[in-house]
Amino acid sequence: MALAGLAVVVPLLAAAVLAGTTSLRARRVADLVALAAATAVTGLCVALVVRTSDHSIVSWMGGWHPRNGIALGIGLVADPLSAGLAAFASFLTVVALSIAWHQIDTAGHLFHALVLSFLAGMVGFCLAGDLFTAFVFFELMSVSAYALAGFRVEERAPIEGSLSFAITNSVGSLLLLIGIALIYGRTGALNLAQIGVALTHRPPDALVAVTFALIACGFFVKAAIVPFHFWMADAYAVAPTSISLLFAGAMSELGLYAIARIYWSAFAGPLGPHIDTLRDILLILGVATALVGGVMCGGQRHLKRLLAFATVAHMGILLCGVALLTHDALAGVAVFVVGDGLVKASLFVAVGALEHRRGSVDEVALYGRGRDLRALGTVFAVAGLALAALPPFGPFLGRAMIEDAATTEGRGWVAPLLLIASGLVGGAVLRVVRTVFLGRGPVPPEHPACRDADGGDELDRDPGTPVATIVAGALLLMAGLAWGLVPGLVDAATSAAARFTDHLGYVNLVLHDAPQAAAAAPGHPPTGTAFLYGAASSLLAILVAAARTVPEGPLRPLHSGRIGDYVAYAMVGAAAVAVVFATTLV
Amino acid sequence: MSVLAYLVSVWLFVVGIYGVVTSRHLVHLVICLAVAQSSTYVLLLGIGYRTGGQAPIFGDIPTSTPVVDPVVQSLTLTDVVVSATVSALLLALAVQAHRRFGSVDPDELNALRG
Repeated sequence: MALAGLAVVVPLLAAAVLAGTTSLRARRVADLVALAAATAVTGLCVALVVRTSDHSIVSWMGGWHPRNGIALGIGLVADPLSAGLAAFASFLTVVALSIAWHQIDTAGHLFHALVLSFLAGMVGFCLAGDLFTAFVFFELMSVSAYALAGFRVEERAPIEGSLSFAITNSVGSLLLLIGIALIYGRTGALNLAQIGVALTHRPPDALVAVTFALIACGFFVKAAIVPFHFWMADAYAVAPTSISLLFAGAMSELGLYAIARIYWSAFAGPLGPHIDTLRDILLILGVATALVGGVMCGGQRHLKRLLAFATVAHMGILLCGVALLTHDALAGVAVFVVGDGLVKASLFVAVGALEHRRGSVDEVALYGRGRDLRALGTVFAVAGLALAALPPFGPFLGRAMIEDAATTEGRGWVAPLLLIASGLVGGAVLRVVRTVFLGRGPVPPEHPACRDADGGDELDRDPGTPVATIVAGALLLMAGLAWGLVPGLVDAATSAAARFTDHLGYVNLVLHDAPQAAAAAPGHPPTGTAFLYGAASSLLAILVAAARTVPEGPLRPLHSGRIGDYVAYAMVGAAAVAVVFATTLV
Repeated sequence: MSVLAYLVSVWLFVVGIYGVVTSRHLVHLVICLAVAQSSTYVLLLGIGYRTGGQAPIFGDIPTSTPVVDPVVQSLTLTDVVVSATVSALLLALAVQAHRRFGSVDPDELNALRG
């Protein structure tokens, strides 16, 4: 029962010890303490996944159990999906800390303390059973992330990227907090299950719809959904590579996880009658995000920015999966998060190794300079194909499950558009293989306003790439590929998602301690059409990579780098979502 | 509770965000963000307010006394802490920006574009 609490406490304690103890300032000691703590959290979360495989577990901190359906205490709810996401986030933290072992720019015990408090925030956020706790852990995660993004504070670009990240996301947190305040005002509850009960007893009105819109928009900022995504490329490009990996693989996904959790535990009752409208609204946002990310990805020459926009595209695909509001689609989301997270982590590791070896992450500066780095080139090429959803690997399996669920729900138009997005992303990565590792063909056009981050200061790096880093990248990539071949994965994910989407079961579990009946839901392996789409997007990726010109359309000027613009777009987006929700979901 | 608290809250949010969007000075921008954040304090306290309610400290008052909602007060306190943390971090970045760019105008920070 104490597992969930320990998973939050261990990294926090380790962070406090690291930050407050001067004798631990020796670099390797800090590395070891942080790695041990992150590994312990991974173990605790995996143990939680195993323990919850047949029934979910609620732990009430300090023994404050709910009485008569009223929950005042803080409950941590562990089910296979929430504990699984926490386990994945802590696993990526272990990877990030291992990569940071060799990075010069992450020296200092404070880096490790920040990573561990970031981890505590992510784990606590995954397991939180009420909005207050979720908000606190969300902020812990966010503030640690702002500091980590700007960790190389002596350089210019990290300062600007971190400012943009912190300000845009703080505005997102404001939206979230206003939503929480309004829902508390309406229901008198912060516990998600109790909110769900209170909302079921009254017909939904505009306030409930606007509240859901505000909470969703708050998380959309973190998940980088169009038009809330502008900060993302700036933050990812400037963060140390190990941290970009963690941002792309875990932090953004948590935003969408929260929307799914809050919808299914609290809002599924009142918004249930309008589920079809809600589906369409969220699907449009998801498809738009996937396409914008894919198109912008093609125009980048800064490799970390390229991967940031790849993440935007994948957040769009994930939002489509959440948007369908069925357990089949949610199972696809869970599979995609892990498969895509592993492959993308391998790419970040490879970019980090390239930066280490050649002193740059700029595609033009690196043109042809990777010819002798065969191992890295292979990682890039295989990862590019995997991101383009080449069957039968991890990212393909997740995307296929989402697409099949969309087609089952009568949204056949989703799959072809996601195919294009995946193809564009995979194509951009494969183009890097062509230019940097093969030295052939044209590069993206020089953009007048596009400058490499600080130019010179990345050149004086240690020229010897640690072999361990490249091995780590290759292992991550292989894990991401093998993820699609794990036997029984589809069934397990579908059962876990079925329990996650069981609104009444969740309410009874949390408020009345009634064991949630194990939902045996049969999984649907990818259909033949999905294999066809996977092959088509891989083909599209190869064509895009070979293309001479990269169309980027009118999107680029919108990404102005002005913080004020980003906040303005986010506000317009939030107002639009709120108006649409209030008019269609009542 | 009268509607006044909600109007004040909306006003603080709108002027705060307007300031963030149009700001030409990072310190000014951080303060504007704090103003927008204070709209949530007013909103939370407004939601928990009860006419005639006392402070929710039951040390020397009978438990039947009407009190204002303590939950929103603790939310507000947490919110204040979060806001202070974010402001401190942003101000530190502003100082660093002044050192490295020689400017605190967010429009003149131009290491990143597109």
